Amino acid sequence: MSNPPSEIEPDEGSESALTDAELKAAAPEVLANTLGEYLEAWWRRIKGGESGALPVLAALIAIGIFFEVENSAFLSDGNLVALFGESALFIVIGAAETFVLLLSEIDLSLGYGVGVSGFVIAELIAPPVNLPWWAGIVGGVIVMGMFGALQGTLITRLGLPSFIVTLGGQLGLLGIMLELANIDSSAVGGVIQVNPSSPIYKLSSTSMSPSAGWIVLVICVAIFAAVLLSRNRSRRARGLHTVPQGVTVLTIVGVALAGVVLMYICNGDRSHFAVIEGMPWVIPYVLIIILVYSWLLSRTRTGRYIYAVGNNREAARRAGINVKWIATFGFIMAGATAALAGVIYISQQGSVSTDIDGGTEVLYAVAAAVVGGTALFGGRGRMVNALLGGFVISVVYNGLALMNVSSAVYDMAVAVVLIAAVSLDSLVRRRATAH
Amino acid sequence: MSTTESTNGALLSLRGISKRFGPVQALTDVSFDIPAGKVSALIGDNGAGKSSLIKTIAGLWQPDGGEMLWEGKPIPHSGPRETESMGIKTIYQDLALCENLDIVQNMFLGHEKLRSYQLDEDTMEVRARQTLSELSVTSVRSIRQPVASLSGGQRQSVAVAKALISDAKLVIMDEPTAALGVAQTRMVLDLIKTLSGRGVAVLLISHNLNDVFEVADLITVLYLGHLAVSGPATDFNRQNAVEYMTTGNATKSAGAASPTSKETDA
Repeated sequence: MSNPPSEIEPDEGSESALTDAELKAAAPEVLANTLGEYLEAWWRRIKGGESGALPVLAALIAIGIFFEVENSAFLSDGNLVALFGESALFIVIGAAETFVLLLSEIDLSLGYGVGVSGFVIAELIAPPVNLPWWAGIVGGVIVMGMFGALQGTLITRLGLPSFIVTLGGQLGLLGIMLELANIDSSAVGGVIQVNPSSPIYKLSSTSMSPSAGWIVLVICVAIFAAVLLSRNRSRRARGLHTVPQGVTVLTIVGVALAGVVLMYICNGDRSHFAVIEGMPWVIPYVLIIILVYSWLLSRTRTGRYIYAVGNNREAARRAGINVKWIATFGFIMAGATAALAGVIYISQQGSVSTDIDGGTEVLYAVAAAVVGGTALFGGRGRMVNALLGGFVISVVYNGLALMNVSSAVYDMAVAVVLIAAVSLDSLVRRRATAH
Repeated sequence: MSTTESTNGALLSLRGISKRFGPVQALTDVSFDIPAGKVSALIGDNGAGKSSLIKTIAGLWQPDGGEMLWEGKPIPHSGPRETESMGIKTIYQDLALCENLDIVQNMFLGHEKLRSYQLDEDTMEVRARQTLSELSVTSVRSIRQPVASLSGGQRQSVAVAKALISDAKLVIMDEPTAALGVAQTRMVLDLIKTLSGRGVAVLLISHNLNDVFEVADLITVLYLGHLAVSGPATDFNRQNAVEYMTTGNATKSAGAASPTSKETDA
């Protein structure tokens, strides 16, 4: 060992539930003191099928190669940026579903939640009401947050299964959406147009300038590096175990590299007729949501309690956690986040329509979360999983569209991806509980 | 009520505790003292009322009769949270740990330290490490490993450390060694000794007389909801302890002189 062991001295004579090798595999950051050890443990973890995001990334690369071979337009700048835009909706509703999945619940109403919040927002910013765009978003978030609170209250206070309550909620929201379209005289044929000058409309269709994009990227990477390094320094100063410096540096380099690639793709000219370049605003919109939610889950009490309740409700209750409130909070966040997805939906369509298929949307929500690696049974998963999973779904969607397959084939393909992801999750669980 | 005679240094005094569930009288007139810094063992056969008693002490159930004195003052019948905040921590058999969280996160669950509205992980980690080393828990490799990766004895240690970190004065342990092997049991028994060595009272509920005789300073036997006998562990031997547990009293040859077996006036 190169570092003096800062942890409690290991007692070689005592028996742990796991051997060192197994523990290394389960949590490499726990034992590894050098970059080499860390990488070795990481590799062991991957071989053990406990690798978090890695199989998703591997699958993504494989799918990407397949589509690129089928149609060389797949990896063009223009198509990739379109793909990022398409993934935005999947990612955000996946994030919404993650809140409830972590609690070992499910919310099937989120798809029509996107539709209802879309109508609420569109009506608030359209002529008779004429609220500013941000007030429209706040209105949508409040309406869906309250609907989530209602569902969460029924589930936690009356002890009803979330599956049934939110199935009812799905139908209820469909009805509300149709009623909103009925009573609004400006909704012609169930469609409300959004003013093209509204920032909500522009979210998907306009971009930040390439130079602004590079500046923002540099600032973000600098902040990320500073936060990571200062956290490590303060931990080291207090004699706490830290990840090896090499791993930290690699992490920063990796994030910077990913940012540069993303920005490079976005800043390429992706039009044949006029110059269209720069990062569409919807990308930072999604990234900020994921970042804030990740912070909420990992750095706040509420986030910690969501994991605790999702894993062991009784333990959480005995620890003095208000289990019912935490579960209700999960449903509120899911609803509110569906409204944030509604904003993306409006900006992609330029309008809201009663044609939205909330039943399919909610399947994408669950799929995005689970494909990305969030457990269906609570307590395991992160917001980043929704980011990855949503991206995978849009890759499949986009690639199959380029291959000109019918929507029937497309539905079957997504079904296969979803079932495969759930099977993987179940296999990992079985393996984890087997020893 | 005999509240005046109770300030004899006992941390917790039970005075004539009764508990009834419909037609079933779970506890009848149970009185004994739990002194500070000592290991008291509560033993008895199945159905003797051990679980009912600890749930009553923990504040999960209200007694139907009698009273409990904490440091000489009557405990208002409130709830488990109030009981905990007085310093009575109960570690149930299932330990109530979250497997997906690590040791530090479990130890501070419900009592997280915050710094500018965020979790102060570093402070919690330092304190957790300190507490574990005070308990001489040395076998965990890292306090950042998830509880799912711990052995039964290690989990018990985490549960005890969790109680200790929130300033428990009395730790009630329900069958802590029931599911453990020899070495793990050894670890938990050492832990109990360390706890009482630090001035924390322990109430140990156990079936295993070997464990009881090894660590207990005082032994209380329940029999069909009644107090059979309560006294210093030195008054007991294996034979009379078993007799008390199975028949409620002991034959003369085995007889234990017990200070509280005489009737109290509750």
